[in-house]
Amino acid sequence: MAKILMKGNEAVAEAAIRSGCRLYFAYPITPQSELIEYMARMMPKVNGTFLQAESEVSAINMVYGAAGCGKRVMTSSSSPGISLKMEGISYIAGAQLPAVIVNVQRGGPGLGDIQPAQGDYYQATKGGGHGDYRLIVMAPASVQEFADMASDAFDLADKYRNPVMILADGMLGQMMEPVEFKEALTDAEIEEMPKQHDSWCIRPNEDGDKKHHHEINSLEIDPVVLEQHVNNLYKKYAEIEKNEISYESYDVSDDNEVLCVAWGTASRIVKSAINELKKDGKSVGMIRPINVWPYPYEAIAEAIGPNVKKVYVFELNTGQMLDDVKIAVAGKVPVEFWGKVGGVVFTPAEIKEKLEACF
Amino acid sequence: MTTELICAGFGGQGVLTIGKFIAKAGMSEGKNVSWLPSYGPEMRGGTANVSTVVSEEPIASPIVSFPDVLVALNQPSIDKFAPSIRPGGILIYNTNMCPHGCKRDDIIKIASPMSDIALEIGNTMVLNMLAIGIIIGKTDLIRYETMEEDLTSFMKAKNPELLELNLKAIKRGIEIGKG
Amino acid sequence: MEKIAYRPESLTQIPFTYCPGCLHGVAHRLIAEAVDEQGLINKMTGVAPVGCSVFAYKFFNFDMAQAAHGRAPAVATGMKRARPDMHVFTYQGDGDLAAIGTAEIVHAANRGEQMSVFFVNNAIYGMTGGQMAPTTLPDMKTTTSPYGRDTADIGHPIRVCELLDTLISPYYIERVSLLTPADIMKAKKAVSKAIQYNKEGRGFTFVEFISTCPTNWGLDPLKSRDWAKEHMLPFFKTGCFRDKGAE
Repeated sequence: MAKILMKGNEAVAEAAIRSGCRLYFAYPITPQSELIEYMARMMPKVNGTFLQAESEVSAINMVYGAAGCGKRVMTSSSSPGISLKMEGISYIAGAQLPAVIVNVQRGGPGLGDIQPAQGDYYQATKGGGHGDYRLIVMAPASVQEFADMASDAFDLADKYRNPVMILADGMLGQMMEPVEFKEALTDAEIEEMPKQHDSWCIRPNEDGDKKHHHEINSLEIDPVVLEQHVNNLYKKYAEIEKNEISYESYDVSDDNEVLCVAWGTASRIVKSAINELKKDGKSVGMIRPINVWPYPYEAIAEAIGPNVKKVYVFELNTGQMLDDVKIAVAGKVPVEFWGKVGGVVFTPAEIKEKLEACF
Repeated sequence: MTTELICAGFGGQGVLTIGKFIAKAGMSEGKNVSWLPSYGPEMRGGTANVSTVVSEEPIASPIVSFPDVLVALNQPSIDKFAPSIRPGGILIYNTNMCPHGCKRDDIIKIASPMSDIALEIGNTMVLNMLAIGIIIGKTDLIRYETMEEDLTSFMKAKNPELLELNLKAIKRGIEIGKG
Repeated sequence: MEKIAYRPESLTQIPFTYCPGCLHGVAHRLIAEAVDEQGLINKMTGVAPVGCSVFAYKFFNFDMAQAAHGRAPAVATGMKRARPDMHVFTYQGDGDLAAIGTAEIVHAANRGEQMSVFFVNNAIYGMTGGQMAPTTLPDMKTTTSPYGRDTADIGHPIRVCELLDTLISPYYIERVSLLTPADIMKAKKAVSKAIQYNKEGRGFTFVEFISTCPTNWGLDPLKSRDWAKEHMLPFFKTGCFRDKGAE
């Protein structure tokens, strides 16, 4: 397929449709409006459901209902809206339902602003909603990756019966880059897909079917039973941690004097700085977690080469992923952090200056 | 080879479109491109700008801090972005809307009454095509043929008159760009 | 021998866990009977709320979902859109539907979602121990209105049928009572109609049951019915507010 110049918000929507998503429930919010608008235009053309919900809370609960029926379903929002969805996300995780949630992050806290930020890292990777649960969290750094993650997210959601969040930001949502889409699933393939969930999902009792009674539920009133349920969830999460680590190594070598760790939009800017430093003969490598949960702790530890004097974390927040990097580095070398907040995005020149000071 | 471009002006002047056409043409010519707009509540009449990068290499940061080319359709855009143009870079600006111009002498300045020329061609809407023409005339960022092909493919059936005006504006821009 | 009393197929064998004298069991049974009668057991699904009827998902003998507090109409919307070949209902109490879930019920009704909503109104929060509900009557004492509901401070009870009746989309809205055997027979007719309209895909159907809470009202079951007749029915008048099928 030829490349198309597209905004991230639209590319992820198109990719979701191609991946068999025929149900989308959401509420408008900047800077993800192009996503909901794209779905409004395109869903009717594929006989899919587009529904603009009365609230973020309702949208995520519609997702809960549709996911309970074993169908591929998605919602999207931006930071303040994702906060509102957290109740439903906890229920979806508790009831072990497959669903995809896109967060096009903006500046916070509160209403914040509408510019790109990465302030929802804790919320996405450490909980956000109540109770013991985990989301699989994927963090794209380009429009192409944003689109590719849609189909991966649905596959992972189905595989683990777990909600998956794509944690993008206003820059990735608003930016246009060339994107190449995978072949769309056929109607027959999409029809077949929910059958993998026949053993638990809400569905009619077909003729000849043994009568079933499936419950979509996160309530276990007996503490002993709930304990077992949560322990089972954590067995599943351990499996995910084993299988789904994903990261990019950029210019990582034994020559590195500094190792950077950055994710999403921030990593793009760090890359530019690394390229500039390379011209000056200064060797800097970077680990970019592609999935931010599960987290590539070992990859970071292994990337600390013999000449690395410092691990430098750059984020568009006050140092949220920093905690995970410190766990990974485990005191081997000093870990430094620099970030910008409030929707202010650092420039390659600023990062270069910070890194130069390490030499 | 990487070229970083900022287009800036009032919302509604079509600055975002300039960047979009450049990015699309660059993509058609097999280059890596990115297009990153400013966004916000100023849908009309506020200031708008877009960073466009066209490169032979994969694009790291889509954020342009030091543009090789700045297209400024109004004075606030010059005031804001011209100081960061790379030395030897290009400033294309609209003298109708930029009464104070730019005082830098280490850059190439292409000043023309773009609003007047657009009106003369027949429609103020072609102002952005004029800018694209100037870019084509002055740099080898993209080719005229790519633009013609792209515009023709989506405008010929819908609005052939406007297509003609657009192509005319690009050609006129090329002349200005070549000086 | 003719069998005149039996457990509806649409109820599981799990015994109800409601308090003695509670009318949830009656409401459950009416719904289950109607589902049986319409032959919908293999295509029916429902959503349980948060409140005393939180375990309704165990009691109905088909696939069920349990929703967060007040969100049942949104969950049911997602279910119906995902499985248009199924029929869906929600079962909600007054705290769930008329307080925390006000947005969800109003907008599901306004979209004319293809669902039936069964709303049990006993003027109190039961499960959490008798707190004030949006339907608590003026001057009525509850654990969070220990001096009686002060309408100057907290407003008047919400009449949900009347509220929904201001919307254009709903297909059927009726308030019934579960306070006497005769009322229960009438309630059965309303439930059957809602389920039938649901089966026929007519649109949004809503049945409110005036019920009791002997435990939290501190009255025995019979006295609580008398209390409801005396205090609730004058404020929450039974009757059909909307029946587009009868027009």
